[in-house]
Amino acid sequence: MLSINEHSISYSGQQSIGELVATYKPEANLFILNGYPVSAHTAISDGDSICLICKGETPTAEEMDSLLTARHTPGIQKKIRAASIAILGLGGLGSAVAGAMAKIGIGKMLLSDYDIVEPSNLNRQHYFVDQIGMLKTRALQENLRRMNPNTSLDLIEKKLTEADIPVLFGKVDVLIECFDDPEMKAATLRTLLSKMKTIAYVGSSGMAGFAENNTIRTRTIHPGLYIVGDEISAAEPGQGLMAPRVGIAAHHQANQALRIILQEAAGRTK
Amino acid sequence: MNIRLNGSEKTLKEFSSISALLQDLSLNPKTVVVELNTEIIQPGSYDEQTLTENDSVEIIRFVGGG
Repeated sequence: MLSINEHSISYSGQQSIGELVATYKPEANLFILNGYPVSAHTAISDGDSICLICKGETPTAEEMDSLLTARHTPGIQKKIRAASIAILGLGGLGSAVAGAMAKIGIGKMLLSDYDIVEPSNLNRQHYFVDQIGMLKTRALQENLRRMNPNTSLDLIEKKLTEADIPVLFGKVDVLIECFDDPEMKAATLRTLLSKMKTIAYVGSSGMAGFAENNTIRTRTIHPGLYIVGDEISAAEPGQGLMAPRVGIAAHHQANQALRIILQEAAGRTK
Repeated sequence: MNIRLNGSEKTLKEFSSISALLQDLSLNPKTVVVELNTEIIQPGSYDEQTLTENDSVEIIRFVGGG
């Protein structure tokens, strides 16, 4: 048997990708064999999985998954697709983390925020002018669906308290703290240390202003617990949050979450 | 007495509490996480938890913005 664009067909011996294209998708110009891009002359064998794609055409969910697998390699994409994360706070950090994780095809995201999109958010947060007034959860869901329709999204639309955190986020692989409020930031880490001892954490502290790039860092607190930022630069009058530096911190957080998922960085002891 | 604070030596008065240490450092107790000899200390215990010679204290400070 062969699988072509998720459909099973019988294998009939000596076939090349080019011959299958003529039969099944003549307009295809990108050929993915078992997760790797190949030329039309490539021979196929029984059991192969083939995805035929036409560049410029909107891909189906299966085609998008094949494209991500081809780009990231099959073993890596399988881990990303199986992973779940929670993002607490959907501001400058959270909206950027969510975009990065949707684009790489993360399996599931829990997105938590109680607030609406305001004009003052647009200097750094990944929303659009025509989304002003929408709940951030709904606006972000709309935007993420356009980036990758295959990621499963759960929206949590309430002002979180410390007590909510283990109840709502106790089953994710990585919890990413993107709150604005420093009291909730501290409460989140305290909860991870005292009540959620198997959940990996990527927190944040200090990314306002436009100080030197490399002062944003990812620091290990304990194995599986990381904090991103310079741990000094508070958002305050004269030192606002701005897209470039908040973006550096957000992508530190996203990459650290990915590294945990791929077991390149330590997780918590299960 | 001497303690280790975030890896560096610090001299404190005998029987200082965590609250007194935070006050000395001008830190808001609600925006920090405190570990004493790798144990997480809940904010409700900052007043009564006293420090002793050679204690190791880690303070993780959170500032606003996200």
